[in-house]
Amino acid sequence: MPTILVDEAVARPRLDGSSSYLDQRLSGSRGIFDRVRAISSSGAVSVDELSVVEEVLLRSDVGVSTTNVILESLRTHGAPDGVASAVRQELLDALGEDDRSLHVDCDEGRIPVWLFVGVNGVGKTTSIGKLAKREIDAGARVVLAAGDTFRAAAADQLQLWAETTGADIVRASEGADPSSVVHDALERAKARKASLVLADTAGRRHTSSNLLDELSKIRRVADRSPGQVTETLLVLDATTGQNALTQAQEFLAAASVTGIILTKLDGTARGGIVVAIQRELGVPVKLVGVGESADDLVPFVPSEFVEALLEA
Amino acid sequence: MFDALTDRLERLSSSLRSRGRLSDADLDAALEDVRTALLEADVELGVVHAFIEAVRERLSGDVLQQSLTPGQQVIKAVHEQLIEVLGSSALKVTYASRPPTVILLAGLQGAGKTTTAAKLALWFKQQGRQPYLIAADLQRPAAVEQLRVLGSQIGVDVFSVSTTPVKVAKAGVAEATRLGRDVVIIDTAGRLAIDEALMREVRDISKTTSPHYTFLVIDAVTGQSAVETARAFHESLALSGIIVTKLDYDSRGGAVLSARGVVGRPVVFASTGEKLSDFDLFHPDRMASRILGMGDMLSLIEEAERTMDADVVAESAGRMMSGQFTLDDFLSQLNQVKKMGSLGGLMKLMPGVSKEMRTAASSIEDKDINRVEAIVRSMTPKERRDPSVIDASRRTRIAKGSGTTVPAVNQLLNQFTQMRKMMKQMAGGKTPDVPGMGKMASLAARSAQSREQLPAGFEALGAGMAAGTPRPGTNSKGKKKKGGRVTPPKQR
Repeated sequence: MPTILVDEAVARPRLDGSSSYLDQRLSGSRGIFDRVRAISSSGAVSVDELSVVEEVLLRSDVGVSTTNVILESLRTHGAPDGVASAVRQELLDALGEDDRSLHVDCDEGRIPVWLFVGVNGVGKTTSIGKLAKREIDAGARVVLAAGDTFRAAAADQLQLWAETTGADIVRASEGADPSSVVHDALERAKARKASLVLADTAGRRHTSSNLLDELSKIRRVADRSPGQVTETLLVLDATTGQNALTQAQEFLAAASVTGIILTKLDGTARGGIVVAIQRELGVPVKLVGVGESADDLVPFVPSEFVEALLEA
Repeated sequence: MFDALTDRLERLSSSLRSRGRLSDADLDAALEDVRTALLEADVELGVVHAFIEAVRERLSGDVLQQSLTPGQQVIKAVHEQLIEVLGSSALKVTYASRPPTVILLAGLQGAGKTTTAAKLALWFKQQGRQPYLIAADLQRPAAVEQLRVLGSQIGVDVFSVSTTPVKVAKAGVAEATRLGRDVVIIDTAGRLAIDEALMREVRDISKTTSPHYTFLVIDAVTGQSAVETARAFHESLALSGIIVTKLDYDSRGGAVLSARGVVGRPVVFASTGEKLSDFDLFHPDRMASRILGMGDMLSLIEEAERTMDADVVAESAGRMMSGQFTLDDFLSQLNQVKKMGSLGGLMKLMPGVSKEMRTAASSIEDKDINRVEAIVRSMTPKERRDPSVIDASRRTRIAKGSGTTVPAVNQLLNQFTQMRKMMKQMAGGKTPDVPGMGKMASLAARSAQSREQLPAGFEALGAGMAAGTPRPGTNSKGKKKKGGRVTPPKQR
């Protein structure tokens, strides 16, 4: 048995409610990667190192299968430049070199639409507010479509953002057809010669197929002239675990997701699941939310993300 | 939730079952599978290790029982450990001798605190209490508004003034006392990260209002960070329990186990859907059974009892058991099922229903039910009582009247006949060898097994009947059945 596991066994937690073990465990997980760095190794990766790597990746929500792929690669290829840099490279490879810009290019005479989808409570509306600010600051004329007609007060929340940012907003009463809200927003955008429409949708369970069908319909309506959907952004909460992969699968199928906005990355969570999503589904992360202020929605930089994942 | 774990353990049990004894190597392999399953279900790594060791101890401490196969032995140990972790030191909500009973909700942003506050208020209302809501989340835009809207939906007053959260909480409790409300629920702000400011604010509210209960609201889809969140809140607030939300999302839910393992406080309530009534006490024993594929029949029955019209159900269940089930009963069952909400939700609770079937169930739309309803409604009362009178010309008429086709009508009638035959058989005590808990479950399992051939409405019927059948022993109208006998669950 590798020594690291023996160490853990000594401090093995009991599930009897005493939380004392947790302090040890958590302090143990801090800077755990330094331990790998400290181990000087050339070429082959030892069992100890592998188990440290495994622990770091699993704790970051990278998930069992992607972790196993990385471990397998370490075992096969070794780590000539040290384990830390090998793992970093594996993660960067997994994240790929995708295009992470937000597209507005569309056919002549049509208005680009960014559609925001995701489950409840991930921060869709807030992300729209922040992006509206960013785009307006950059000179765009933005119309917000309050397509979340399900959640009480969602439109109010978007309205506040519209007032703050100076965006135009189209809203309907609670329970109205979200597709018609999007349609009206497009009409408004056309009349006012807006250059971008940001469409909110109600948070929905990715397990409910009729809600996903509704989403497909919203997307179709948004993609009809004068609108053209140039981005469908799945908003994911960084605290989400392996379930995020299923979410991404379902939303990809229902609404042709083009990118991910990873929110709440400033918390304790590392959001490692996006590595698995990129690797298995090929959907790139485009933006990350790292704080509560309007400027805290920033472009995703793989190297910084990987660094944060490993330094944690 | 935990479906993935169930599947894994089921696979595990079948691979072990063939062998005679549990060797050390078998045990290691089995525990490795349990570990992977738990990790895939987002249980925190440290909690996983602790859990595995506890299971190992159970298995190695006892003399292996001769009566069980190795696979069953492992499953039993995992099951017992799950019950222990999920269920020990259960919390019974009692009311303060000098009202109001103050309840404080805390949690990260997006966990569902505000919705939970309303659901909890509705739950107390259903218990015959007079709840009062305080919106002390002044951080998120429109959070107060959201609570007001929800409050008006359930007929519970919401208190808020725009000062500071602490003042709002204090004034709210005073107002509740003045109004003579007996349960006060305080919704607090969530933040993105666990930061000191958030903790201080919540702690101040807690100090000011001295809540009788402090619940951490945690999202069931949370990953490894669930532990750190739970711990931070627990250190700050001394939690009395956990409320888990979004349990309906799908297979995962390890966060429940993580938070429970770390905080050492029980999961008290669980929120299982979008509707405000999708909320109830958390049942650890049932959850543990469900993890092992035994389904959650008890929850299903309770849910059915709460939503369904007892008389209607008892009457048609009685006829069902005596094999005189008519299309009229079918229709009333269908309406009961509609009342209960999504079929997907029902199917999820049933034992012996595989993941694929659940997925299929969630795709059943109201319009499918509506189609079946349209067909039945296009029949005359006589036809509904005795479908055998329906000849070709009647079929054409029914198809026309319901806006469907003759084949659709035929299919419905065929399946209804089969269904009735099946019911007659069961009523006669000739229950086939089906897994599950007694007849009720076998009925559910049957309907589950035959789902693929049945049109949507009949699945609804199966679900409705299984759910609507009163508990064994309470069904006085039905013919005597060998009910109540518990057969061991089928292990796939």
